[in-house]
Amino acid sequence: MSVPRALSSTVGTTSSDARMRRRRAGLLEREASLGVLLMVPGALLLMVFMAYPFFLGIWLSLTDSMIGRMGRFVGLRNFVDLLGDDIFLQTTKNTFVYAMVTVPFKATLGLGLALVLNRAIRFSNGIRAAVMMPWIVPTALSTLGWFMIFDPVFSPISWLLRHLGLATRNVNFLGDPVLAISSVCLANIWRGIPFFGIIILAGLQAVPNELHEAAAIDGATTWQRFRHVTVPAIKGVVLIATLLSIIWTFADFQLIYVLTKGGPANQTHIFGTYAYQIGLAATEIGTGATIALYMFPILAFFAVLLLLYLRRED
Amino acid sequence: MVGSGRLGRQVLSLYLPLAAYLLFLLFPFYWMSIVSLKPTNDLFEMQYNPFWIQHLTLENYRYLFENTAFPEWVKNTLIVSTVSTALSLFCSVLIGYALARLRFPGSNFLGVGIFLAYLVPPTLLFLPLAHVIARLNLYNTYWALILTYPTQLIPFASWLLMGYFRSIPKEIEESAMADGCSRLQTLVRIILPLSVPGLLSAGIFSFTLCWNEFLYALIFMSSGAMKTIAVGTVSDLIKADTLFWGSLMASAVLGSVPIAILYSFFVKHYVSGLTAGAVKG
Repeated sequence: MSVPRALSSTVGTTSSDARMRRRRAGLLEREASLGVLLMVPGALLLMVFMAYPFFLGIWLSLTDSMIGRMGRFVGLRNFVDLLGDDIFLQTTKNTFVYAMVTVPFKATLGLGLALVLNRAIRFSNGIRAAVMMPWIVPTALSTLGWFMIFDPVFSPISWLLRHLGLATRNVNFLGDPVLAISSVCLANIWRGIPFFGIIILAGLQAVPNELHEAAAIDGATTWQRFRHVTVPAIKGVVLIATLLSIIWTFADFQLIYVLTKGGPANQTHIFGTYAYQIGLAATEIGTGATIALYMFPILAFFAVLLLLYLRRED
Repeated sequence: MVGSGRLGRQVLSLYLPLAAYLLFLLFPFYWMSIVSLKPTNDLFEMQYNPFWIQHLTLENYRYLFENTAFPEWVKNTLIVSTVSTALSLFCSVLIGYALARLRFPGSNFLGVGIFLAYLVPPTLLFLPLAHVIARLNLYNTYWALILTYPTQLIPFASWLLMGYFRSIPKEIEESAMADGCSRLQTLVRIILPLSVPGLLSAGIFSFTLCWNEFLYALIFMSSGAMKTIAVGTVSDLIKADTLFWGSLMASAVLGSVPIAILYSFFVKHYVSGLTAGAVKG
């Protein structure tokens, strides 16, 4: 046990009186036992409601379970069957499109927002609070705003297009396959810009002003300063935000659920919504769990990248 | 930098982009607000400019409070968010302190585990978790959310608090212990009062996440009176007819306002919460 070493490391300057008291307190005073003890409440919750469901999900994916009925072991049949399911293949494609289209937009527009906010001195707190709204208010509720903005009858965009003479009829944003996936991407980009913006802004503000001034004195142009002072300073946060955003977008649910429920004709289903439809609406919880698990390797890949990067930085 | 073109350049490079961002990022909220303040009939009047209010009314809000379960949803959301946040903070303070200050077997491994737990999305777990909740007979009880939300909150909050605890000089703690405080007393009397900003960040962040959560609430709280604001609004207020827009938007606005207010009071704490993992120093 590491107890003696742990004790001696903390005793140091204390009086022998305190040392006696500490010995008596035992379990709660020894680093090793106290440390383990403090982990218990949180670890218990994480084990029962996160780790256990994770393994249960793996088990379910290997069975033909329906809701309320534990099924038989069927090996990898669910995984194989899904590969022959056109809707699943469409879902996979949609998810990649959804993540790979939105993340670059969110990152670029977020960077732009950060650069603008960094220079806007006046009303900066108010403006910062305002631009963060898409990220902080409940997504399901703000998506209802988009739901109406994309409505075939009440869309203000359609109204504007008609009145500008650019369209003769209302646009069916969520009813046409290509428009539908573009529309959900637009709403997702809208929601994600502030996250990138505020994280990159924090990175920008960590750059000492003297650095910019010194570069300017040395005759660096605005672009050179951006390239050689700003970029190195924010590279790390941009990478972290991008990896987080990829993970979250891949595993999204509510935005699609509220806007299209995966329609029209499954053209906007992503893993989360398709797993919900098969696992709960169609009660095939085994197959649903399999759909969700197909996300796992992708999520794990980006999670490990993030972890490795953070470790290297430490 | 000083010159006659300066103002023009500022307009082009600063105020114009800023205005574009504000327009894009705030328009949906503007739209939701004005629709919630219009009589439904006005939406059908094609000669009206839809971007403005012709007849101001609070009818949609009255309808929301008198004819829907909205007040129940508010109560449910408040209870779940508050208790879940408190539970998460309690667990996270202990974990954060243990990981920041104590050496114990497996602490490195647990630290990485907690970080990875932060990256586990609800969509990966909701089906088996639904099974667990059914087994524990927690469907349509507050406990279903109070016990599951912390899995999304503890990893982040522990991480954030760990950072705060590490930034407190060890000497303060050691002298308290020399004066006879036990470790737990030191944590409660010395460390926690010094970590109020960190606790605020973690608390606000957790509360916001609870308030905004959708998937677990959608599945575990399916009976009308037990729904949260987000779920109730999405699943109960969209009706087959086209007369629902006003109350739908009113509910969406009211469900967003508390978070917006909370946030604007604590912008700094929220941002430091958001960036805790991403920005060092």
